[in-house]
Amino acid sequence: MKEEKIENIGTSEPKQEKLLEVKDLKVSFFTPVGEVKAVDGISYELNYDEVMGIVGESGSGKSVEAYSIIGLLQSPGKVVGGSIKFEGQDVLDWDKKRMRAFRGNQISMIFQNPMTCLNPVYTVGNQMVEALRCHHKEISKAEAKEKAVEMLKLVGINNAEKRVDQYPHELSGGMRQRVMIAMALICSPKVLIADEPTTALDVTIQAQILELMKDLQKKTHMAIIFITHNLGVVAEICDRVSVMYAGHIVEQGTCQDVFYHPHHPYTLGLLRSMPKIDAESYERLIPIEGTPVDLLNPPAGCSFGPRCEHCMKICLTQKPPLVPVGENNHIAACWLLQKDAILAGKKEAEQNG
Amino acid sequence: MAEEQKKLLIVENLKKYFPIKMGFNKYKYVQAVEDVSFSINKGETLGLVGESGCGKTTCGRTVLRLYEPTSGKIIYDGNVIFNGESKNNPDMLPYRRKMQMIFQDPSASLDPRMTVGEIIGEAIDIHHLAASKKDRDDMIRMLLEEVGLNTEHSNRYPHEFSGGQQQRVGIARALAVQPEFIVCDEPISALDVSIQSQVVNMLEDMQKEKDLTYLFIAHDISVVRHISNRIGVMYLGNLVELAESYELSRNPLHPYTKTLLSAVPIPDPDKCRARRRIVLEGDIPSPVDPPSGCRFHTRCPYAMACCSESRPPWKEYAPGHFAACWLLEKSGG
Repeated sequence: MKEEKIENIGTSEPKQEKLLEVKDLKVSFFTPVGEVKAVDGISYELNYDEVMGIVGESGSGKSVEAYSIIGLLQSPGKVVGGSIKFEGQDVLDWDKKRMRAFRGNQISMIFQNPMTCLNPVYTVGNQMVEALRCHHKEISKAEAKEKAVEMLKLVGINNAEKRVDQYPHELSGGMRQRVMIAMALICSPKVLIADEPTTALDVTIQAQILELMKDLQKKTHMAIIFITHNLGVVAEICDRVSVMYAGHIVEQGTCQDVFYHPHHPYTLGLLRSMPKIDAESYERLIPIEGTPVDLLNPPAGCSFGPRCEHCMKICLTQKPPLVPVGENNHIAACWLLQKDAILAGKKEAEQNG
Repeated sequence: MAEEQKKLLIVENLKKYFPIKMGFNKYKYVQAVEDVSFSINKGETLGLVGESGCGKTTCGRTVLRLYEPTSGKIIYDGNVIFNGESKNNPDMLPYRRKMQMIFQDPSASLDPRMTVGEIIGEAIDIHHLAASKKDRDDMIRMLLEEVGLNTEHSNRYPHEFSGGQQQRVGIARALAVQPEFIVCDEPISALDVSIQSQVVNMLEDMQKEKDLTYLFIAHDISVVRHISNRIGVMYLGNLVELAESYELSRNPLHPYTKTLLSAVPIPDPDKCRARRRIVLEGDIPSPVDPPSGCRFHTRCPYAMACCSESRPPWKEYAPGHFAACWLLEKSGG
């Protein structure tokens, strides 16, 4: 089943409309000390029924990018360029009213910390009914509550009839995250953005939530943008992955391609630096040296250049473009991949000159 | 092998209860650490894993007597530093020089109003380790270099550093008194993925160089497995399994350990999709009213009648491999 889906993505036909198309998106924060380019020209497409992972460290711009899709970007953040097309229409052109109708209905989001995202003074049911009736006024309160109970059952909450009248503080962390998911899905959105949904949870609870999300995705066929810093979680749930570093996508491809044939030194470095749970004997970790980029003074060339062990002269002066490195739209941005081409070009120029 | 080595720290039946006031003169107790016994050999790393609320951090702090234990016995290097039965336990100050701690959140554990030099120097002053001012400055400089920071950094404040660098300051502070034993309480979980391995490698290097002994506390079993010689698995205040790290991951005995191992996300798409995962039902019960008998029985997929009645015995099922589970007991293991 999964394999079929991955093949489909590989041979994506151009006429088929994309669910979500992000093109050259640029988001900046205008802080008192200067402009911070949190997202600096990223592009990707999300197909129907696809789970796309976005991995990156804190400050790589992965959450900011998601917030701008759903229109929750707060001052001093601003989209300064690019387009976000949802089923062919540019989301960025919409006014507030249109955006409100879109958000929560067509696209919804679950957040990292369920405690701070649920309203503590309303019952769980109350908040869920609000989310549903906000978009579907024709549904009566009683019907909406029934639907809320149904959703709570769907996300695996026992005793849903009782839970629906409880307040968030009466629920455990894992249960709150389930409520968040139920609330996000109550209007059957086409896209779900999950911003680090399992980071605040324990491993055993994380496993529960991941299983639930996989299961729900299979049932509802919604597309998911899964934002996380944990490569293990990505491997588990995603069809395609984008690896972000300092506001850029440095590598993108199917899960298999990125994990088994990483082309960007950063992706490779991340995979190498993690201890393996099934390692047979002790292996010293190979860390990525250096510290994450200061986005106020980003390096001129490749943002990963200063930390890269293969750093060349060109890396420090020019940004590498994303180039195809394999089948299934596997792309990466690294001068190393074009080394041969550049050297050949130079030789030719020398001969001609 | 374990017998030949010198035991640096021995913990016997350690208990730590926190009182919660329930009304006038009425108390309930959070049983954060309940009857935990283990020992750590010199030069070894013992890992403690478990979910949040399982008492691993409390255990680490209680060992250092940052929390006064409720009962039990702690022996460090042959000296009893805590005995629940005696009323006058020794002053900890001389032991603080030998036992140090690295805290989880470096930005919260460093005083924001002190420079890095002052933070590290404070430890040196308390124990009178420097003969002169120059001596003290030299020591600070050396410590900063050891943890991979610049010597000019000693005049800066913690907020001027990134998370990884702050944690390095935290490590330099712990090393300032030349300790023998360090409790590392989730030293890497607040750090970025690419920085985590740097800190893990540094901790390993320090251990080799200075012959340190670690109690390494973390929730990420893959990191703990990497750095530790032996691992103890905790659940709701109890130690449920203790074994040599590779033995533990190859041959886990306790159902909870099996679950933990199967719940770890593996960064390998084919492998993690192919494996069968044990998904536990429900959440961790409250340590205020822990379940009777085996504390894991409410979530255990193999729970039997006897599990809720009495606590399973802590037994050695293979050389150096301890566990507490009725399942093992009944199967005649």
